[in-house]
Parts: sequence; structure tokens; C-alpha cells
Amino acid sequence: MIVNEDTKQQQVKSMNSYLAPLVRDIPPSGIRKFFDLANGSKDIITLGVGEPDFTTPWHVREACVYSLERGVTAYTSNAGMIELREAISQYLYDGFHVGYDPQNQIIVTVGGSEAIDLALRALIVPGDEILIPEPCYVSYSPITSIGGGVPVGIETYAKDDFKLTAEALEAQITPNSKVLILCYPSNPTGATMTYEDWLPIAKVVEKHDLIVISDEIYAELTYNQKHVSFASIPGMMDRTILVSGFSKAFAMTGWRMGYVCAHPDIIAAMLKIHQYTVMCAPVMGQVAALEALKNGMEEKDRMVESYNQRRRLIVQGFHDIGLECHEPQGAFYAFPSIVSTGLSSDEFAQRLLLEAKVAAVPGTAFGAGGEGFLRCSYATSVAQLTEALDRMGEFLNKLKRES
Amino acid sequence: MKELTELKLKVLDLLNEDARRSPLLLATLIGVEEEAVKEAIAELEADHVIVKYAAVVNWSKIEEETVTALIEVQITPERGRGFEGIAERIYLYPQVKSVYLMSGAYDLLVEVEGRNLREVANFVSEKLSPIDSVLSTKTNFILKKYKQDGIIFEDREEDNRLMVSP
Repeated sequence: MIVNEDTKQQQVKSMNSYLAPLVRDIPPSGIRKFFDLANGSKDIITLGVGEPDFTTPWHVREACVYSLERGVTAYTSNAGMIELREAISQYLYDGFHVGYDPQNQIIVTVGGSEAIDLALRALIVPGDEILIPEPCYVSYSPITSIGGGVPVGIETYAKDDFKLTAEALEAQITPNSKVLILCYPSNPTGATMTYEDWLPIAKVVEKHDLIVISDEIYAELTYNQKHVSFASIPGMMDRTILVSGFSKAFAMTGWRMGYVCAHPDIIAAMLKIHQYTVMCAPVMGQVAALEALKNGMEEKDRMVESYNQRRRLIVQGFHDIGLECHEPQGAFYAFPSIVSTGLSSDEFAQRLLLEAKVAAVPGTAFGAGGEGFLRCSYATSVAQLTEALDRMGEFLNKLKRES
Repeated sequence: MKELTELKLKVLDLLNEDARRSPLLLATLIGVEEEAVKEAIAELEADHVIVKYAAVVNWSKIEEETVTALIEVQITPERGRGFEGIAERIYLYPQVKSVYLMSGAYDLLVEVEGRNLREVANFVSEKLSPIDSVLSTKTNFILKKYKQDGIIFEDREEDNRLMVSP
């Protein structure tokens, strides 16, 4: 073992003391613990995966390989290849009735995550309050804090199918409120918002002059209805920063391909941060994304239909084993209540993993309102889902016998 | 051609993926009553849309290896019956696994299976070629099957996702 003399001498002073307090004090993700617990153990069926179980369709992968063979390896323009921006613009118009100019209203980003970071950094003045409906995706609040903003949670409830309500939003608004982050269809609850659901929210946004970051990464994964983009609500176009990407709809998580659309002034500001931090999204990913938009719709529809089938299976399965579960209308997560077991989400998830070999994420990992729930991803095979439901059923019986 | 209902198409797709799925499971996946699925399957079976439920076997995995040949057959069609009679004479042999009428340079594509090369060769010289209307045959032996009926035999793609991710 090599002993580093420097480390020895400096032991009086912890390396942590050099870190920015803002970053040092961010708590580790609640997901991490379950990752560590699950990883390495055998025979586990995981409902903890937040990504599609499909591999990226072959024609998309092949297009990327071909472009590499041709030597397409240089930077693209900062905002991304114009052909790709044009295709994104057309796709959003056709699918969701929102119009963005590919010249100055779209940036191709490194996943939707970068887009959210860019948007927050472009907007936040230290002390600004960022409104975040919860339970929600794990990164909004930490990114807000890193940017100097103050995350303000808005709890949503199972009784409302985890939809955001105008009353709940209004209750958290202060003179410092500046940005509202929306994510529907929702990770982790599977909640969606209809046109009628959005109208009162839009009123509040207007009244309090808010800017909205709408993370619509799961837009394509909407069942029984069409996804309604917040940007398409009358009057909301200029107020909305639309974030989306290729990960969920086209099974392209590892490619890290996202995009963001907004008013030209906002895009110009975000583009400054983007060009100085990442220059441009990887060109091979851009080539693949373009192929997905050009020729991937049929494959996408097939995948969506497959998620829908498994959605019905898991919801029915939870009802059969006695777990209350609202019907998720989007994404690929079910969010059953485990309150009836008397255990906390954390205890339940931990024991489920250790005793029944099923991994899932406790609702508490997703912020306020998550206690009492479990996020279960159904992006896994029918056979695995069936087995997981059997194991959970037995586990619940065991809990009953104990009490 | 019979027009199939949407339900029947969904049932066929799901059974094609896995023929062992129960009517109850199919009903849950599709979002209809179990009875409706049972009825659809019964009709599909009665109409011979569903012909059979069979396992897809990768025979090369087991010791007893067989050889398979795809034989291109040129034929003089029979007056009034076209290719039907000849096709039947050929497909009734149990060692014939499939017969297709083709467009292009030959007429029938015949898949023949045997225990070894000689057995297939004998079938061609003693059974197939002597048929009056058979003009010529061209035997192609299959060396390895990579994919059959949409199923990849040795899928190298594995699930390499993290066990838990946000």
C-alpha cells in the first residue's frame, strides 16, 4: 500500500473543509442506499429501475455506428445539429401542438438533466424560491440549492391521484417565488395532468408571474389519453421552458440525449452556459437521436403499448395482493400505498429487499408526500413482474401473520 | 382473408411472444374481461388462425444433432391444379419441415430435415427428384441458425441496467 505523506500530515484538517458548504451539505440520494443494498445480491427481482427495459432499437444504433465509420466525430454547433433541431421542432409540433423555431428556440442537451440545470442556472438569483411539487424526481431540489435557489416543496396527494392543484400551489407562493418545476407524467407517481387540470395552474402562474420549467421527458408514455404539454396551454408558451429528451420514449437513456425549448431570450442565456460547460451534446448521440425521430415512431408506439400492458398487470397485481394503488396514467411507475402494513416506506422497502428479494424505492426518496408509498417500476418483463408480485404477496402475508 | 378484431390481434401478438400465457394474464395485459379473451382464442383456434402451440427449440444445443437443407425446386405446373398437387406430394413426407411457393428463379422452397447429410441426399435423389414434374433441385445445407421466426437463438444482448436508479 502506498501511503501518501501529504494525507498523513494534513490529517488535522479534513479535506471536507475545502468543499463549498452548499455542495457538502447536500444529502446523498435516498436511492443510493437501496442501490448499495441491492447491488451484488443474487436472485433479486428489481422494480427499482428508472429506465426502459428495451435496448435502443437497432436502426438507431446502426445509424450511429455508420456515422462513426464515416468519421462523423467533430463538434456540432453549440445548440446541436440544425437537422436535429428541425426534426425536434417538427416532432413537437406534430405530437404536442407547440411551435419552436429550430434556429433560436431549441438546444440539444446532455440529457434532460443538463437542460434542467441550464434553466435553473439561467434563472436563479440567490434567494429565489423554486416551487417543486412532490413527490418528484430526485434532482430538482439539489440542483436548485447548488444554483443558490431555495427549493419549496408542494405536497401532492394520493386522493388527487398526485395531481398538482391550484390551491396547493397558491399556498406556497411568497414574494420570492420565481420558478415552478413541473414533471408530468410524473416520476415517481405516474400522475398526469389533463388540459382541464392545467387551466387553474396556468392562472396561478400568470397571477404570480412565475416561470415554469416543464420536464416532459415521459410525455410519450401517457396512457388512455394524449399528453398535454404545459407550453400548449393558452398564454403559457413564453413562460414555459420545455424540457424533454430521447431516453424514455426511444429507450435511449445511456446516450444522454435531451433538449430544451423556450423563448429565444431564455434560450440565448442558457446557450451561454451550455457552450462554456459542455460545448455541444455528443455528435454520435445527435446522429442517433435524428434517426430515432426520422424512423423510430413505429418502434416507439410498440414500446408504449408494451408498457401499457404491464401497467395494467402491476396495478391489478397490487389490488390482488391487497395493496392500495391509484391507477398511474403515465411514465412506467406504479406508486402503491404500503400504509396498511404499519411499516414506514423505508422499513418496508428494506425488508422487502432482504426477505422477499424484490427491490423497489421507498417513496420518501422523492420528497414530501412520499412516506407511505413505494415506487415500483414496471419496465421489466411480464415474467419478472409476475414473480415479483407473487413474492410481494407472500411477503405481505408474512407481515400479517407477524402482527 | 378474415378480418380480425383488435382484441384478436392483441391476443395473437401476446401469444406469439409467449404461447403459455393464460387467458387471465392476457385479459389483464390487454385490459378486458377474461371471458372475452377465452372467446377470442376459441374462435381463433376454430378458424385455424392459431394452428398450434409449439416450443421453439434450438436443436443444436443437444447432442442429437440433425442436418437441415433448404432445397430450391423447379417444377412444371400441372394443368388445372398449378403447384398444389406437387406441393402436397412433397409436404406429406414427415422429413419435410416446410414448403413455400416462391417467386423468382425457382418454384418451391422445401426445408428438409435428416439425421445426417446422406439421409437428406437420399431423400432428394430417391423421393424428390424422381417426381415427374420436378425439373431440377438445388440443395443448400444450413450450417448454423442465428435467428428463426423472429427469435434470436443466442441473444448476446443482456440487461445491464443498474438494479436501482432514479
